[in-house]
Amino acid sequence: MRDLLTICGLDAFYGDFQALFDVSLRVGEGEVVAIVGSNGAGKSTLLKSIAGQIATRRDAISFDDAPIGGERTHVLLKRGISLVPEGRRLFPSLSVEENLLIGGEHGRKGPWTLARVYDLFPVLAERRNQRSTSLSGGQQQMVAIGRALMSNPRLLLCDEISLGLAPIVVREIYERLPQIIGDGMSLVIVEQDILQALAASARVYCLQEGRVTLEGDSRSVSRETIAAAYFGV
Amino acid sequence: MDWLNSILQGVLVGGLYAMFAAGLSLIFGVMRLVNIAHGDLVVLAAYLALVVTQALGMGPLASLLVIAPLMAAIGYGLQRWLLNRTLGDDLLPPLLVTFGLSVIIQNGLLEIFSPDSRKLQAGAIETATIPLTPDLSIGVLPLVQFLVAVVMIGALQALFYRTAWGRAFRATSDDQSTVQLVGVDNRHVFGLAMGLSLAVVSVAGVFLAVRANFDPSMGPARLIFGFEAVIIGGLGNLWGTLAGGVVLGVAQAIGAKIDPGWQLLAGHLAFLMVLAVRPEGFFPRVQA
Repeated sequence: MRDLLTICGLDAFYGDFQALFDVSLRVGEGEVVAIVGSNGAGKSTLLKSIAGQIATRRDAISFDDAPIGGERTHVLLKRGISLVPEGRRLFPSLSVEENLLIGGEHGRKGPWTLARVYDLFPVLAERRNQRSTSLSGGQQQMVAIGRALMSNPRLLLCDEISLGLAPIVVREIYERLPQIIGDGMSLVIVEQDILQALAASARVYCLQEGRVTLEGDSRSVSRETIAAAYFGV
Repeated sequence: MDWLNSILQGVLVGGLYAMFAAGLSLIFGVMRLVNIAHGDLVVLAAYLALVVTQALGMGPLASLLVIAPLMAAIGYGLQRWLLNRTLGDDLLPPLLVTFGLSVIIQNGLLEIFSPDSRKLQAGAIETATIPLTPDLSIGVLPLVQFLVAVVMIGALQALFYRTAWGRAFRATSDDQSTVQLVGVDNRHVFGLAMGLSLAVVSVAGVFLAVRANFDPSMGPARLIFGFEAVIIGGLGNLWGTLAGGVVLGVAQAIGAKIDPGWQLLAGHLAFLMVLAVRPEGFFPRVQA
């Protein structure tokens, strides 16, 4: 499998605080990779670095064989990297449909259109003219995912999409994953729910205190190995 | 009938105030920037109109074909290369920089054009009137000015709520970090907003210059009228801004009718009354 994203020796900082130490990771074309770890392990920081929201060394991150570290977020979106941010971050003064439309207006051309997003999440079509803030948490998450898909990404980054949602809603969203990645899109999911992450992915990375402590095959990795990497015991 | 006449004139002047206010409100809405130089930019547009009408022999309204794009370009450049650097969590730097800009524009105009007051000549339209009743007539120019204000505010409203640009403006106003995740360059959007604001300013500047005498020092007072119209109407509501301009214009007209010296005072008093009784303005933005 050809690598779409390669990260090599990535360090990331918030001011003087170092959040990531020498992180290396790769994501193949069309591959689903999970990143697990406890609170504060650096999972979100890693996604933000990939999406250009945190300054990094230029050659620490490569996408489609070109160095992209520290490139601006809106430029990366046009190259095909889209992030579903933690906490959804919908635009409150835009309707559901406008949130989706703005997602598609500055991205790449491709198979994802308003009609296809509504096909994926029919409930959004019923609520298209409502304000995004009037939706339930799960529906808001669907809008956030749909908004990211509208830019037709080659690499979709999902930050804690199950956070604060009822298990049944989480299952409903994860059931749509095969439809989302059907066209060969690569996917990185960051999750605290390890079982959900393992079930959905082909490979898994575990982060602990800003370092990669485990890299493995999601099907074969044992619970004990994960627990050891997760808690460092 | 005299009173009715005064009130009518006040309503029509309100259109001009709404033009001052719309540009101000747009900038504040999109990027929380209070542009202290706004009034001076109106006066700058008036002087540009003076230069263009004299150099190219165009009428004042036709000169907008040159001045509006020019002011929009100045606005975009100003935002991208100066004001964007002042934006951040602290509200003070943009205030100080636009205050400095205000001083520079005033003194620059004074240096180039002298303190003498000027006026743009629009020809026969200036004195043309439409008789409504034997005692009451309205001037064609104030009427045109008011209608232009209404059309402009309608156009801005449509731009904000029906176009991709408007979505980008509103989304940037909501969350300028997340908007980059959907591929919008917030710095560019800020530039566009300032460009649009100064295009509106240029129309206001031309009407200001045709309506009465102007000189380099009158910018700050136009800024105050703009602020008052925005606050009276309610922040973030463009039709409210038009209503705010009308309230201000009518209050000034009534004041002037009672005593010519009370014109400005009456406007400020109306503003203070609204602030005391209904500080959110008449038509505040509907919150989700």
